[in-house]
Amino acid sequence: MSYITCENLVLGYENQMVVENVNFKVNQGDYLCIMGENGAGKSTLMKTLLHLTKTLSGNLVYGDGLMDYEIGYLPQQTIVQRDFPASVWEIVLSGNISRLGFRPFYSKAEKKKAEEMLKKMGIWNLRNSGYRYLSGGQQQRVLLARALCATQKLILMDEPVSGLDPKVTAEFYQLIRNLNQDGVTIIMVSHDIHGALEDATHVLHIGKHEQQFYGTREEYMNSKAYKSLEIIDEIDADKEDAKL
Amino acid sequence: MSEVIIKLQYYLQYPFVIYALIVGTLIALCSSLLGVTLVLKRFSFIGDGLSHVAFGAMAIATLMDQIDKTIIIMPVTIITAVLLLRTGQNTKIKGDAMVAMLSVGALAVGYMIMNVFSTSANVSGDVCTTLFGSTSILTLSSSEVWVCIFFSIVVLILFAVYYNKIFAVTFDENFAKATGVKTDRYNLLIAVIIAMIIVIGMNLVGSLLISALIIFPALSAMRIFNNFKSVVIFSGIISVFCAVFGMLVSILFSTPVGSTIVIADIIVFAACYIIGMIKGE
Ligand SMILES: Nc1ncnc2c1ncn2[C@@H]1O[C@H](COP(=O)(O)OP(=O)(O)O)[C@@H](O)[C@H]1O
Ligand SMILES: [Mg+2]
Repeated sequence: MSYITCENLVLGYENQMVVENVNFKVNQGDYLCIMGENGAGKSTLMKTLLHLTKTLSGNLVYGDGLMDYEIGYLPQQTIVQRDFPASVWEIVLSGNISRLGFRPFYSKAEKKKAEEMLKKMGIWNLRNSGYRYLSGGQQQRVLLARALCATQKLILMDEPVSGLDPKVTAEFYQLIRNLNQDGVTIIMVSHDIHGALEDATHVLHIGKHEQQFYGTREEYMNSKAYKSLEIIDEIDADKEDAKL
Repeated sequence: MSEVIIKLQYYLQYPFVIYALIVGTLIALCSSLLGVTLVLKRFSFIGDGLSHVAFGAMAIATLMDQIDKTIIIMPVTIITAVLLLRTGQNTKIKGDAMVAMLSVGALAVGYMIMNVFSTSANVSGDVCTTLFGSTSILTLSSSEVWVCIFFSIVVLILFAVYYNKIFAVTFDENFAKATGVKTDRYNLLIAVIIAMIIVIGMNLVGSLLISALIIFPALSAMRIFNNFKSVVIFSGIISVFCAVFGMLVSILFSTPVGSTIVIADIIVFAACYIIGMIKGE
């Protein structure tokens, strides 16, 4: 049994199909990288896995001890309001929200966990800072710490490094690599075909309307889907060169 | 100056003046609590729409003066809040249009009812009172005072108990939902609390100005503080300060109480804006 099994999934919104034929599995300890062009439906897939959007058809099964809602989530480009007056501590602590139930306040254990995750992410010293004044990389660490408070089984990330500079991006990948080595299962949407692929164990590539590839990283490197990407990448690079 | 103090002492001997101050303080405190949520969750338009619906309900309620007005206004406003939230969730644009229709519709119908059916000699005075608040807070009846106190306490308790959930749902609804929180339920709760605040707040500042009472203190506090708890506490302090100040000024100088309070809120906002700019540099 896998954490997540998708069979013949059709994704979309209110009868408007976005992708069909989505088949993949996520096992404990995997690092799945989801590739695809803009508008291919990567975020839609994320929202579907998180129960924010309903599947149009097909099977989506959670198993191997993973409960339906035991998924931590790093939203794309922090749609979270930029003006929101919240401290790092308040945000990370709110990762425990689902465990509150009818209790009005957080327990000692939950506060302890928030502290632990802040330290793990290297931002304990920022705990009293306002979230809205942090740099992009620091904000991502805060949201990652929050996700880890929710669960340490599976974390979903939607383009976590977009907008970060190369140095911060490399640090962020290192952080995720460490988490994965600690046993956290990772699903990451990425544009960045080189950086993200380095650590992935599996790759899911969705093209317009249909799944293009699912398999291990090694298989992906030899696949047509990857070659097509590389060609596009080279053309882009050539264009950049031409500009210079 | 001493004249003012003597006049103040004279007024403060009367229990109804004290009651008015207590009620005003409670209303101000409650109305400031959800300001951040209202501004950042884009619930402001619901707040505006609701206050107009409350005006319509008030118009109907004035016709039946043998019972307490709140008995009619409160359920109508709460139900409208729930309905607005439902439709607003499905399709964003339609929701906005619906609020606009409802609020102007309620205003028109409310004014019509007051004009045609009212037995009062001073219809425009009544309309003005419902829109901008009583000319004097001192005219609240004792049942109005108790209703206000009751609902203020309900709002304060609900807010305290659901504080962490309101924070989580306001900050990042998708995250909360993804981890299994029933966010629809809390959105509903927020809408109901807003409805209650609007209804009790109308007594103090009238239906047109209630949004100001909710939003200004929160916007002021957000200029200065970086964490949610401080923002909530400080907006409560600002709101109470402005309300008490406004009420005293209005008693002493016979200015309209609603406008006086809101003007005090605006001045504090300007001050906080400047402090925020200086701090930011
Ligand atoms: N809430 C929505 N309702 C209807 N269509 C949507 C919604 N969100 C995204 N879409 C559409 O679904 C398609 C895939 O979008 P998305 O999953 O965000 O792509 P990606 O993340 O791969 O760039 C796009 O054509 C987009 O217009
Ligand atoms: Mg996307």
